[in-house]
Amino acid sequence: MPGLEDLYREIILDHYRNPRNRGELEVPPAHRVEGFNPLCGDEIVLYLDVDDSGTVRDIRISGQGCSISQSSASMMTSAVKGRTIDEIRDLTKAFKAMMSIHESSLEGGEGAEGTNGDAATGEIDGVPDVKLGDLEALRGVVKFPVRIKCATLAWNTLAQGLEDAAAEKA
Amino acid sequence: MAMTSTDPLDGTAVKADFPLLARQVHGKPIVYLDSAATSQKPSVVLEAMDRYYETINANVHRGVYAIAEEATNALEATRGKVRRFVNARSDAEIVFTKNATESLNLVVQSWGRANLAEGDVVVLSHMEHHANIVPWHILREQIGIELRWIPLDGHGRLDLTDLDRLLDGAKALGVTAMSNVLGTFTPVRRLTDAAHAAGAVAVIDACQSVPHAATDVQEMGADLLAFSAHKMCGPTGIGVLYGREELLDAMPPFLGGGEMIRDVTVDGFTPNDLPWKFEAGTPPIAEAIGLGAAVDYLGSLGMDKVRAHERALTEYALTSLGERFGDDLRIHGPQNAEERGGVMSFAFRDLHPHDISQVLDQHAVCVRAGHHCAKPLMKILGVGATARASFYVYNDTSDVDALGDALDAAGEFFAF
Repeated sequence: MPGLEDLYREIILDHYRNPRNRGELEVPPAHRVEGFNPLCGDEIVLYLDVDDSGTVRDIRISGQGCSISQSSASMMTSAVKGRTIDEIRDLTKAFKAMMSIHESSLEGGEGAEGTNGDAATGEIDGVPDVKLGDLEALRGVVKFPVRIKCATLAWNTLAQGLEDAAAEKA
Repeated sequence: MAMTSTDPLDGTAVKADFPLLARQVHGKPIVYLDSAATSQKPSVVLEAMDRYYETINANVHRGVYAIAEEATNALEATRGKVRRFVNARSDAEIVFTKNATESLNLVVQSWGRANLAEGDVVVLSHMEHHANIVPWHILREQIGIELRWIPLDGHGRLDLTDLDRLLDGAKALGVTAMSNVLGTFTPVRRLTDAAHAAGAVAVIDACQSVPHAATDVQEMGADLLAFSAHKMCGPTGIGVLYGREELLDAMPPFLGGGEMIRDVTVDGFTPNDLPWKFEAGTPPIAEAIGLGAAVDYLGSLGMDKVRAHERALTEYALTSLGERFGDDLRIHGPQNAEERGGVMSFAFRDLHPHDISQVLDQHAVCVRAGHHCAKPLMKILGVGATARASFYVYNDTSDVDALGDALDAAGEFFAF
């Protein structure tokens, strides 16, 4: 039976209590995008500064919500800052796969049970070999399906923001 | 700590009537504190539904054979039970729906579309559940009615200072009898009197009140009133719309199909008499029988005792948890057990409701976290979500103590 320690690893609680990259950026040149979880009131406001080469130069978040949504958002910003849009896409795929959400299944919905995953490398069938680093701590969320939407909120918001940024540059 | 008010019901004894409450969760006895979301069911309700399927299951209102007659009689007998339970004047005033939400949609789409036009005013309150908000929004989008809102007073009650001005020229008032977030009992009679004085029809969302206190629709002055079986020890899948006969008579049908007609030709149809005019298709027969058994069960406890039990338990909760946690625990709504039922939304330190309910779950304590289908109210409370514990006939002081213990654990887990 999954216990609380499966869900709330130390690192998650650390990111919850000391969230990284809080604040705002000037819009423009940054993009502002909001995301929220209609089920429970988790809220994210994301500021993304993407340079011409497609690299996330700077990123900030604000918002309120449960420990899972806020820590996932904090970890997301650390993982994403300085990366290119392509790298971020791979990272997002890998993260969502860890949350058992596959793009081939329902859009944004909880996907098939179990993945062919290798916990050490984060390598999953059909998904690029990407190091998830600290994000690994959120692996336990899968055992609490109701909280998956909390963990993926920031990532879905990020995807929206990157789309907006790409659309603008097109 | 003893209860200060007398409690005529023994919650522990009542628990024994409910099979689910004997189970364990995560190795601990379940502590169910989410009756505002749905109630548990006593064996008598479950047995009644099984017995129906095992002995008299047949479609209703059409068969001549024995079990068809028996099924019809059982269904209509339930209607009579519900009529007496809410003190309606006739069975024609009791319509079976799927649930209270459907009842309210029926009111809006049938009464609303027949009686309202662009610019007509409907008054709601900031305390409403989405079921008494969204159907009106849909009507607003369809025909352009105007919505006005009774505000709250900062203490979890409706602020009635401007009531007459809000109702001036209004055609309908939609209001809850008891808040599913704050537990507040609204002054229904005062509201319906004011509505009638303004020439408005009074639509009451009684989802939380009918299960928890004696209901008298005459006393309440309700023109239309909705509630669900599943919050009052009955099964899911059936609800009730009460309506004054003259009103229902004048309303056009909502859903069309079999049962609700008198005649159908290629050119048109004539609707059936009340209440069947509003009951299209095969009704949830087994569920109706379950509802009947639930009404009998609550009747055997006595609704006055049900209310007194909850008043005592709520008082115990407010006092014991207040003493135990002080300012760490903020219970929304009126701070006394007179003005409120046993529905308690709360904030605990700075923990998010999701996290609170997660830890509570580990201790087998079931509370709800979220916006409780009352987003406008959440906005006024200044929160995205709350945790909510709610009591019913099968809860006792040990459940309240267990909630306290689990909150302690939550506080420890997230302490830094």
